[in-house]
Amino acid sequence: MTKKMAIIATKGTLDMAYPPFILASTAAALGYDVQIFFTFYGLQLLRKDLSNVMISPLANPAMPMPVPMPVMVQMLPGMESMATMMMKQKLKKHGVATLEELRDLCLEADVKFVACQMTVDLFEFDKSEFISDVEYGGAAMFFGFAGETDICLFV
Amino acid sequence: MNFDKEFDASGLSCPLPIVKTKKSLADMASGQVLKVIATDCGAVKDMQAFADQTGNTLMSSSEEGGKYIFFMKKK
Repeated sequence: MTKKMAIIATKGTLDMAYPPFILASTAAALGYDVQIFFTFYGLQLLRKDLSNVMISPLANPAMPMPVPMPVMVQMLPGMESMATMMMKQKLKKHGVATLEELRDLCLEADVKFVACQMTVDLFEFDKSEFISDVEYGGAAMFFGFAGETDICLFV
Repeated sequence: MNFDKEFDASGLSCPLPIVKTKKSLADMASGQVLKVIATDCGAVKDMQAFADQTGNTLMSSSEEGGKYIFFMKKK
């Protein structure tokens, strides 16, 4: 019988966007039937344009920095863009796929994307800004799939 | 070793070598052999795990001058 995996994606920053897509694409390659439930800030990962997905050094003390940086400096304007640019360069240098590429690989492998209707409404997201391969549903719908999975993760 | 198709994953990091190996196998026939070249050292254990979980056969896994070479026989 086909194994199943469900992931709840709740974060919308560049670093935390990777785990759901990496795990989902890998599981699909291994033959799993996979579903990702995007809720709260995870909804940002469904946007057609992912260029605003960023990483912040603020409140992220575990993020390795080239030079130690006091919090007061991390607060300066432009620091978030700079950190994001540096992270993207690093990812590219190491041959790590872009978020767009990983997301496309997930879709090609029939990973199902479900967006939480309640948080879409809560944050007044415009569905036209999301990719079209998304189904909208609630927690009960998620449990319909998650209840029968072999692996269920919260990211 | 003889092979029917080659996939060069040099420079790619996890999970791309595995995900794209799976894609490369998709249009191959049962019993055909795919040669995979990778530079990500994580691919050594991942390729074996991929074979174990998908039923494809990892016929050989070796290293040559910093590159990892795999021969995967499709289930």
